[in-house]
Amino acid sequence: MKAVRRIEGRVAVLDRADVDTDQIMPKQFLKRIERTGYGEFLFFDWRKDPDFELNRPETKGARVLVTGRNFGCGSSREHAAWGLQDYGFEAVIAPSFGDIFFQNSLKIGLLPIRLPPGIVRELAGEEELTIDLEARRIRTADGHEIPFELDEFQRHCLLNGLDEIGLSLEHEAEIAEFERTHPAPVATTSI
Amino acid sequence: MGKTLFERIWASHVVREEPGEPALLYVDLHLIHEVTSPQAFDGLRLAGRGVRRPDLSVATMDHNVPTTDGPITDPLAREQLDALRRNCEEFGIPLYPTGSGREGIVHVIGPELGLTQPGMTIVCGDSHTSTHGAFGTLAFGIGTSEVEHVLATQCIAQRRPRTMRVEFVGTPPLGVTAKDVILGAIGRLGVGGGVGHVLEYAGEAVRGFSMANRMTICNMSIEAGARAGMIAPDDTTFAYLEGRPGAPKGADWEQALDRWRALASDDDAVFDAEVEIDVRELAPQVTWGTNPGMVVPVDSVVPDPSEFDEPDDRAAAERALTYMGLEPGTPIADIRVDRVFIGSCTNARIEDLRVAAAVVDGKRVSDGVRALVVPGSAAVKRQAEEEGLDRVFERAGFEWRRAGCSMCLGMNPDILAPGERCASTSNRNFEGRQGSGGRTHLVSPAMAAAAAIAGRFVDVRELEPAAVA
Repeated sequence: MKAVRRIEGRVAVLDRADVDTDQIMPKQFLKRIERTGYGEFLFFDWRKDPDFELNRPETKGARVLVTGRNFGCGSSREHAAWGLQDYGFEAVIAPSFGDIFFQNSLKIGLLPIRLPPGIVRELAGEEELTIDLEARRIRTADGHEIPFELDEFQRHCLLNGLDEIGLSLEHEAEIAEFERTHPAPVATTSI
Repeated sequence: MGKTLFERIWASHVVREEPGEPALLYVDLHLIHEVTSPQAFDGLRLAGRGVRRPDLSVATMDHNVPTTDGPITDPLAREQLDALRRNCEEFGIPLYPTGSGREGIVHVIGPELGLTQPGMTIVCGDSHTSTHGAFGTLAFGIGTSEVEHVLATQCIAQRRPRTMRVEFVGTPPLGVTAKDVILGAIGRLGVGGGVGHVLEYAGEAVRGFSMANRMTICNMSIEAGARAGMIAPDDTTFAYLEGRPGAPKGADWEQALDRWRALASDDDAVFDAEVEIDVRELAPQVTWGTNPGMVVPVDSVVPDPSEFDEPDDRAAAERALTYMGLEPGTPIADIRVDRVFIGSCTNARIEDLRVAAAVVDGKRVSDGVRALVVPGSAAVKRQAEEEGLDRVFERAGFEWRRAGCSMCLGMNPDILAPGERCASTSNRNFEGRQGSGGRTHLVSPAMAAAAAIAGRFVDVRELEPAAVA
């Protein structure tokens, strides 16, 4: 994963609640076995509407998506997070997120930021934002600063672009010890 | 202070827990399917890593498979299924491919094979993994990066979620099913109401439910935003499991029962949140909008967006009604359907098919309605055919198909045409879920069957008593 430190760029606003991952990345694109190239399919059905928010010229090249509560609910498809990142988004700001989408985003270096609804609404009025992950602050064009929270461990992983599998494998001895003392209930190879 | 079912399972699976870090939790069973795994296997190869415990992993083909006879014609779907076959071969993971006799929707076959057992941790790259919680397991959906992590380490890094006890008060009236109970609960909690939580369902209704019903309940936990849903195991659970291929045998069975009986939450256990939902007056439920929380009783009307207090909810309701082609105030019973889908990991077990068959027996699918029954697994299909349910459905004008996820998400050729309206026993009525422009109404198997016969939504309780018993 590429390290995430500072995100600077244009804001796109999707003022809808409960946007599910089926909308973000419709099922017909889940048949691909690649991990890249999903950006062109992002919000595929909604983008057919010329008035759809992301079709507006001012959102072109946006780096930050500001949106409604429970963003990314529903299906576990990581393809939704891949699509947002491939399209050019580096951060998503919302009052809340679907749990699996939130985790998926962190794993690939797409920064999900939870903020109270009133602050999200204010940020939706900004054209550009700067996000400093080190300081956990969002800065507006006129210098206004908004702090945000992120799990310390996740922040550390993002700042350093760490491979979480590699980190877990450093504890291989503990995993092996657990396996020795806690035999799993059933082997799939034995039925 | 007492412990919850969740806390017991969590505590017994912690490999490592350090302050400031997520816990490393051991995974007893990793379920794999074709759609969310290819990139994870590629990741392993790229990093030169192996699969730590192929013997605690199992794969099947479900999302993409056609449900009609004959070969797969979609080249992308075929390539994805071939990739799964190659990956399972390379890493030594047991695979139940199409035609093996053990294939089916991953959340149907796990319990069916006795691989899902109380007290276990189960993950899968699929949000409906919450289904397995019906057995008193901690089971949740994960993304592809996490799939790769589990393949490599047999562990998952997790922050401890919060707990919520959902107590169903009373028992539902005759003709009101587990599907109606969970749809009603999601309507009450909202699609984000469970975010960050593991739900534990309790109460008299839950104790009375069969395992199939409990799986329907836990399956839809994710539709309330919850990480997982679970139900304490009891004699119903043990009776279901006994004799299944993966279940313990002989002395091991007796020991397992002792362990499983000790799992239930203590009376004085404390949950982070508690909700009571009275199901005594509940009516069969029908969704009217584009998420599962947009739901009303069959004997009511399509709501008016202006009735919603929150601006976000009003805007969502307006959008939903436009998409669904519905007017506020329309009686639910006046809504006509073009298609009926009985299937999915929510409602395609043998018990679901029996209920639906009882409703359609001796009747005909309404003119102009196309109705589909897709069993949840090859084993469910065999069982149904032994009982003659396939003939009941076919005589009534239903299509009887092979097992798979099918029209629940329409990755295979079973999809709605734009504008088509479907009564569906599946779990998501999101825009385009069953086909671009398709309109989905979520209902129970009995209600879907009744809608197929009437050509519109009807209160299944108005049919003759034999059909709803």
